[in-house]
Amino acid sequence: MKITGRAIKYGANVDTDVIIPARYLNTSDKNELAKHCMEDLDPDFVNRVKPGDIIVAGPNFGCGSSREHAPVAIKASGIACVIAPSFARIFYRNSINTGLAILECEEAYKDICDGDELEIDFSSGIITDHTAHVVFRANAFPEFIAEIIEADGLVEYTRKKLGK
Amino acid sequence: MGIGMTMTQKILAKHAGREMIREGELIEAKLDLLLGNDITTPPAIDCFRDSAFGSVFDKDKIVLVPDHFAPNKDIKSAEQCRKMREFAREQNITHYFEQGQAGMGVEHVIIPENGLARPGDCIIGADSHTCTYGALGAFSTGVGSTDLACAMATGTTWFRVPGAIKVILTGNLNPYVSGKDVILSLIGKIGVDGALYRSLEFCGEGVAELTMADRLTICNMAIECGAKNGIFPVDATTLEYVRERVPGYADQPEWLFPDEDAVYESILEMDLSSIRPVVSFPHLPSNTKELGTFGKIRIDQVVVGSCTNGRIEDMRKAAAILRGRKVADGLRAIILPGSQKVYKQALEEGLLAVFVDAGCVVSAPTCGPCLGGYMGVLAKGEKCVSTTNRNFVGRMGHKESEVYLAGVEVAAASAVLGYIGSPDELSEA
Repeated sequence: MKITGRAIKYGANVDTDVIIPARYLNTSDKNELAKHCMEDLDPDFVNRVKPGDIIVAGPNFGCGSSREHAPVAIKASGIACVIAPSFARIFYRNSINTGLAILECEEAYKDICDGDELEIDFSSGIITDHTAHVVFRANAFPEFIAEIIEADGLVEYTRKKLGK
Repeated sequence: MGIGMTMTQKILAKHAGREMIREGELIEAKLDLLLGNDITTPPAIDCFRDSAFGSVFDKDKIVLVPDHFAPNKDIKSAEQCRKMREFAREQNITHYFEQGQAGMGVEHVIIPENGLARPGDCIIGADSHTCTYGALGAFSTGVGSTDLACAMATGTTWFRVPGAIKVILTGNLNPYVSGKDVILSLIGKIGVDGALYRSLEFCGEGVAELTMADRLTICNMAIECGAKNGIFPVDATTLEYVRERVPGYADQPEWLFPDEDAVYESILEMDLSSIRPVVSFPHLPSNTKELGTFGKIRIDQVVVGSCTNGRIEDMRKAAAILRGRKVADGLRAIILPGSQKVYKQALEEGLLAVFVDAGCVVSAPTCGPCLGGYMGVLAKGEKCVSTTNRNFVGRMGHKESEVYLAGVEVAAASAVLGYIGSPDELSEA
């Protein structure tokens, strides 16, 4: 599968409190959550994000609270993928489980600029920056993560296991 | 080069039915306990119902605690709590803790307190601070709502076997230094992703110096340097704590120790006697400064409590500082005993009267202010010294407010001083 979109760039340690502040956690409605996505880091995010855009951020993306509302809000806001050198481990699990595409790639974070036009080929992990004319290769998913993604998320994987 | 397993790997191997596991492997592990709260459980319930999972795998192994926005802070929060309550009733969940009832409180305070976590257990919770129970020699870690939903159905979950950082503790703690200063210092040293995906395995003669409250605080914040879990060896302190709370608990499992030739990614030594009271400045827990190395910072609020520092030992330390003193003019001090048990004990020991006489707000157990929910939300530009665990942008309120993380004694002293300071700066009460 290939996608194209524009890069929206952030720094290191983007925590789940800024991705979706706790004051909005009295609901788990994804569209409500999306209205406040990134609010405390980038109040303009919700106005400028377009369906298919790609977040490119620094190491330890999604650190902090285990709230699954964070990847849910990002996905519902229209973001097609998050690229970062590393992800906090609960956010990583939550993204796989809720179907938010994530890719680990250190060079992409160093070289991609805000607004660059990107293309991602998920089958090969190749990220192409059409603005800067550079190509990056993301880390491949461990086999078992690929299995969960292939099974269409953890819920389907679990249903199969339970024979439902 | 050794080939042995770390303590965490031993627990995971046991729960995966394997003799030996290696870092990086995927395993499926049986779970002894699962936890959810009023923020993370409602999406898990939706997932559980949408997937037609039917019944939970074991009604005795699921703990549901309405503690984040409870006592209900608004109508939407009340709906979330009701959803969890109805699910608990429908599934006949044994350990559903209703607001105000016996055993209730902040999730990570009440699980050890009620004897629900034991050495060698394998525990997940839909809350990042689930890593707290490593203090008891358990493997415990945070997950999300979908993981919780699936694990409620199967009683298992997958883990990538983590590598470990060995932290060797030596020496004795100085006055006004506690487990909070130990973990903040460690996070300051290795950074907020310094232990990403890995275990923090504590060991060394310094362990005996730490109370169970100190160890719970240390493991609670393992997540703040990215760790999958933090874990302490089981010793006399652990056994005494567990035997008092788990009916019939005799001895630690004989397999529960790291192999002598266990493989560690790195080894860190911490001399407890070299640790001074520290404060984490906005907006990262790793942004630590030793008390006395910065100028006078005036504050608007102090919070003492939370899953990090809401235990009776913390209440006693706060009361020892506040006894006979007054909170500074124009400052709000909010004290939150971590559970009904802590609340009652503090009441019986006269600590609550000390807090009220000093001019503090004393609240029911809740996570409220720690995550900017309610019961102490900060206005634009306000500064707060808090014994909680995070100081990210907007964590406790307005995005231009500031949270300074500290231990209980520094927080209580700062409430009296009106600025971030040490108990040594207080005049005689």
